[in-house]
Amino acid sequence: MKEIFEIRWHGRGGQGAKTAALLLGDAALSTGKYIQAFPEYGPERMGAPVQSFDRLSDKPITIHSGITNPDIVIVLDPTLMKSIDVTDGLAEDGHLIINTHKSPDEIRKEFNIKGRKIATCDAYKISEDTIGKKIPNTPMLGALIKVTGLLDFEKMLKDTEEKMQKKFSGRPEIVKGNIESMKRAYEEVKQE
Amino acid sequence: MKKIVVAKTGNEAMAEAMRQINPDVVAAYPITPATEVVQIFSGFVADGRVDTEFVPAESEHSALSACVGAAAAGGRVMTSTASQGLALMHEVLFIAAGLRLPIVICEVNRALAGPINIHCDHSDTMASRDSGWLQIYSENSQEAYDNTIQAMKIAEKVFLPAIVSVDAFIISHSMERLEILPDDEVRSFIGEHRKPYDLLDIAHPITLGGLDLQDYFFEHKRQEIEAMKEAKTAVIEVGKEFGEKFGTSYGFFEEYRMDGADIAIIALGSTAGTSKVVVDTLRAKGMKVGLFKIRVFRPFAFEEIKKSLEHIKAIGVLDRADGMSSIGGPVFHEIRSSLYESEKRPFITNYIYGLGGRDIFPKDIETVYRELNEIAEKDEVKNLINYIGVRE
Repeated sequence: MKEIFEIRWHGRGGQGAKTAALLLGDAALSTGKYIQAFPEYGPERMGAPVQSFDRLSDKPITIHSGITNPDIVIVLDPTLMKSIDVTDGLAEDGHLIINTHKSPDEIRKEFNIKGRKIATCDAYKISEDTIGKKIPNTPMLGALIKVTGLLDFEKMLKDTEEKMQKKFSGRPEIVKGNIESMKRAYEEVKQE
Repeated sequence: MKKIVVAKTGNEAMAEAMRQINPDVVAAYPITPATEVVQIFSGFVADGRVDTEFVPAESEHSALSACVGAAAAGGRVMTSTASQGLALMHEVLFIAAGLRLPIVICEVNRALAGPINIHCDHSDTMASRDSGWLQIYSENSQEAYDNTIQAMKIAEKVFLPAIVSVDAFIISHSMERLEILPDDEVRSFIGEHRKPYDLLDIAHPITLGGLDLQDYFFEHKRQEIEAMKEAKTAVIEVGKEFGEKFGTSYGFFEEYRMDGADIAIIALGSTAGTSKVVVDTLRAKGMKVGLFKIRVFRPFAFEEIKKSLEHIKAIGVLDRADGMSSIGGPVFHEIRSSLYESEKRPFITNYIYGLGGRDIFPKDIETVYRELNEIAEKDEVKNLINYIGVRE
């Protein structure tokens, strides 16, 4: 395994790209890893393209530069791919994980992507079924773990459930829906 | 002792330290990117987790003025700010130090306008360096937390106020692994509140803030100067005690792989961490490079820095602020001045970088080391002042 794994999240303002990065960082910490999770700060508007980042490592992380060559890119909104090159800086053997109902093969052809390992997951559908709203960030966490094996999925589910129970105390249906969405994405993600 | 491992941002880490310190008064006005510190702390007040009197002021000038009043009245006092906020406090900074009030500011280093910018550089605290406040820079969230706790104790030992700072967004908004100490351990480490005087002690009335002209002003300033010298001892004592109790010792600076180093970079804050990565890479290739991280900028450890650096052949000083002196940044000046007495004066160059949040990457730092290597080999400095990553 690489010394430090770097992850970039692409989303639109309000989709939870920052929250996803923080949730992943927190979950990774609970499995004993060293972590960094940080958003890109610029003008923040609902619907505008945003990015957030994670670093995960088994050793202390001292680097504090931005991430320009991630190992993994996650796209929370497929329409972003029409205006942004989400593969920018992504390692040749890196993972590109996209929220879309399309197959990896369809995406590869549509956007003419060379190299990289593409995975797709219909996180809108999953979150509508489980949470009742289009919230792609938590299901995409499940997809990420399935594709990369970065963390122990059971441990991560448990940790996320505990954190959400604190945050949404008195609203158990939200916690249940989010956990269910992660499990379904873990099962349903399509890989090349 | 059971430390709790959590994931927190620099702002959350400083707010947590403030909660554990449990000051008598916090008076503050929010400003990006330090808003969260006060916001989180006000939550602790609302939830009854601290005994603090929280004063939401109408400006930073008023906030620090309220802090001065509260500290003069005998309270343990803290606040938080950044950039323009610290600039608006500027007048009151000198008053707090001159009245010898041990207030602690949790500061987030953000560029001073103009043009307007919200991102990291050190122009705000560097503009306050002559105000009589101690200045402690933090590399990461953990240091922000540890430094805040130590600053309160150091300040009360010497009756001078202290600023603890973190880099805007890079640390203030980046979530990292943080070890939190038990509340009671923190409180016993800081100990009973030591105050210089107490305006509310009516049995011993004093005059404070009176007119102090040619006859005594200089004596008071002379004492303040002496207190800043004493602060050097306090920084070391408290840093050592922190290490004995909690496992990590702190001093004026951190020497990272400086043993046998021929060339070295000097940096403050988060860039020191990025430089460590480059040092490891270059050391693996056989280059004798080291990093010298300045933690405490005020008081400045002239003697100790001279001793640590005089054997180095070439030094590159990274400044995240330019003092507009026309001859480089504030850290550069201090380092050069420290080495004036040395018989072996190393070559020293200055690198201004990262103004307004311009990112600095390992490749930039590697370039600095390569240039230093060339200086050491050729015994010649081509450019005294350099600018990293700027278009010109």
